Amino acid sequence: MSNLAWIFVSTIIVNNFTLVMFLGLCSFFGVTAKIETAWRLGLANTFVLIITALSAWILNTWVLTHAPYLRTIAFIVVIASAVQIVEMGVKKYLPVLFRQLGIYLPLITTNCAILGLALFQTSRRYTLAEGMVFALGAGLGLTLALSLLASIRERMEVAEVPVIARRMGLVLVASSCLSLAFMGFAGMGSQ
Amino acid sequence: MTTTVTPVPPYTPPASPAPQPTPEFIPGAPPPATVWADTWRGIAAENPVLVQMLGMCPTMAVTNSLANGIAMGIATMFVLVGSGLFVSLLKKYIAHEVRITSYILIIATFVTLADLLLAASFPEISKALGPFIPLIVANCLLLGRAEAFAAKVGPGRALADGIGMGLGFTLALSAMSAIRELLGRGSLLGFDILGPHFEPWVFMVLPPGGFFTLGLLLITAAWIDERRRRGREARAK
Repeated sequence: MSNLAWIFVSTIIVNNFTLVMFLGLCSFFGVTAKIETAWRLGLANTFVLIITALSAWILNTWVLTHAPYLRTIAFIVVIASAVQIVEMGVKKYLPVLFRQLGIYLPLITTNCAILGLALFQTSRRYTLAEGMVFALGAGLGLTLALSLLASIRERMEVAEVPVIARRMGLVLVASSCLSLAFMGFAGMGSQ
Repeated sequence: MTTTVTPVPPYTPPASPAPQPTPEFIPGAPPPATVWADTWRGIAAENPVLVQMLGMCPTMAVTNSLANGIAMGIATMFVLVGSGLFVSLLKKYIAHEVRITSYILIIATFVTLADLLLAASFPEISKALGPFIPLIVANCLLLGRAEAFAAKVGPGRALADGIGMGLGFTLALSAMSAIRELLGRGSLLGFDILGPHFEPWVFMVLPPGGFFTLGLLLITAAWIDERRRRGREARAK
């Protein structure tokens, strides 16, 4: 039990997927202009992450032991189909949420956090329960990072900034500070 | 007096030109350009990292040493060239509805090739890059180029674009990793450059240094642009 709790906390804070392990940076910079879309996309990602963890565990247990060289192809196909199925399900049963997420839902396929999760889960040999907790922690960590950067960017909108830093430059320096803050947790639990 | 009516010749429509085979219309196809322009575009005007901001994850994650940055750039270039060529050759046979999945499959095949080749020939670099080689599949640069360029042009242009984008990506990654390794470890490619009295800025090889270096590069690029623009305006007056 303490092992599961540790995986959960460590994935959210110590090894935050976006700020420390650099996964899912496209959405990190792409959709963090508004805090509303940021945390909604984070939650959609969490959902897909959990489904991916389950599918990756099934693949690892029954399929990929026989053909390890198919790992990358198998994972990406399963992720693309999972995203497609989630999209169709949400469209059918939760049309309001579907409209709110819009284009971001299909874009989750090319989010490296999803494939990264499947690969890390494989290389760390997580069991099913560990994998699910890992996915939940990764998703919540992603949501946390997206919301934090979106809040900073909303505040920066009204700030007086030199012309040359107005576009992505300043956002990157701000994420650097955010990442530095998360580095403060590095080494936690390693004793 | 009888007027002779000249018989009006029957109307014959003007000979229509032989039907020309109309070039296949592909919506959103890039305008024609020379091979050189196709290659150069990826290196400078549409540099994937510094201008388009695509492929951020490997840009940040593996640039903590110059060797890793170059290896990542070359692996990505291999996948870009191979997938671009195949997408361009197979575009007639891929149904529109399943094109994204098909492109991803082509890309994943080349990534698997790159992964296995790298593991066989440079096991140390392969170990250092870890899951970031299979993660090339999720690099939006590859799907973006397949969808926006390779699927709409002939194989020659797709090849030129792949080489250009790959070189641009490799150059940007090398620049970032050179800065980070030089300041963070005082060395380049493992050789000591700055001497024993240099206190390494450990910050630069840690994750925040990645964001910071790219931010500085972008601000520098914007500064150069701004100076050029001001120079042009001054000359116009």
